[in-house]
Amino acid sequence: MVLREIVAALGLDVLTGLASLDREVRGGYASDLMSDVLANAHEGDLWVTLQTHQNTVAVASMKALAGIVLVNARGPEDDTLARAKEEDLPLMVSPLPAFELIGRLYELGLRGTVT
Amino acid sequence: MNVLSADLHIHSCLSPCADRAMVPSAVIAVAAERGLDMIAICDHNSAENAAPFRRVGEAAGIVVIDGMEITSREEVHLLALFPDDASAAAMQDEVHAHLPGENDPEFFGEQWIVDDEDRLVGESPRLLIGATEFTLDEIVDRVHRHGGLVIASHIERPSYSLLGQLGFVPPDLDLDGLETCADAETAGADLPFVRSSDAHRLDEIGTGRTEFLLEEGTLAEIALALKAEGGRRIVRTR
Repeated sequence: MVLREIVAALGLDVLTGLASLDREVRGGYASDLMSDVLANAHEGDLWVTLQTHQNTVAVASMKALAGIVLVNARGPEDDTLARAKEEDLPLMVSPLPAFELIGRLYELGLRGTVT
Repeated sequence: MNVLSADLHIHSCLSPCADRAMVPSAVIAVAAERGLDMIAICDHNSAENAAPFRRVGEAAGIVVIDGMEITSREEVHLLALFPDDASAAAMQDEVHAHLPGENDPEFFGEQWIVDDEDRLVGESPRLLIGATEFTLDEIVDRVHRHGGLVIASHIERPSYSLLGQLGFVPPDLDLDGLETCADAETAGADLPFVRSSDAHRLDEIGTGRTEFLLEEGTLAEIALALKAEGGRRIVRTR
């Protein structure tokens, strides 16, 4: 699934990375611990989190994730926004809580990796 | 006794997120210029640069405490302050044995180990920005066993702080204090508050500080001041 379709279907607010919305989203991962994402997320995953620190962008870039969705209408910190812009990483916001958002992503056909 | 002005949370060029200009001569010069008597070098999950900073500080009349900002498995930052190089090194060995991952400078930044002359003598290959496998309790216990103090970092921040990650200060966590790096509500807490800068750049040094009434600038004296014992105390934070 292409990121643009998810953005449209769920009405995500795209803060950065508009030029990268044609990325293929291969799966999803939800976590609020960076160390867990570093260890367990997969390339092409869409990352659902409430963390707004700039390290999220470094982690997403290093893991080649498709993008980050902040839940509960959380706003990123200024340096997070700047860094995401610099790396053209899609940073998006949903007003939904994580449980609801992930449920809707699942309904769209997105899956996580079960090992 | 003397009032000593301390900034107990300064990162060096070993922290991947810190400015490359955070080398001994520059940090000590700015600390002196800004009237600090005491600083602590607290890099993420490593104390490899503390000794050179301490020696350069000594020559300039500034006390440098060996420190480390340790990341718990809950991704809470805790400042650990040590009485000497040996205890810091011993705790560092434990941290490094429980710190997974390798740094990728392209994404997280470079991790410079320097000497007393600001020369680059090595780079840490570890993922210093990452989290240790230790729980909060384990970190507190281990640091105390090495004679150190543990202060919860920047508790007013949403990220990497005790309040941000857990939402409360666990009542049975044996902390020695709480740190703020900005104006924050501190009334009603059972633990002493210090204020520091969490400087990652030279111009941030001393922008948060704690004035202690101490006999001399040592960790043992700070420990007394945090407990308000022996006439030692925190005079003010700003």
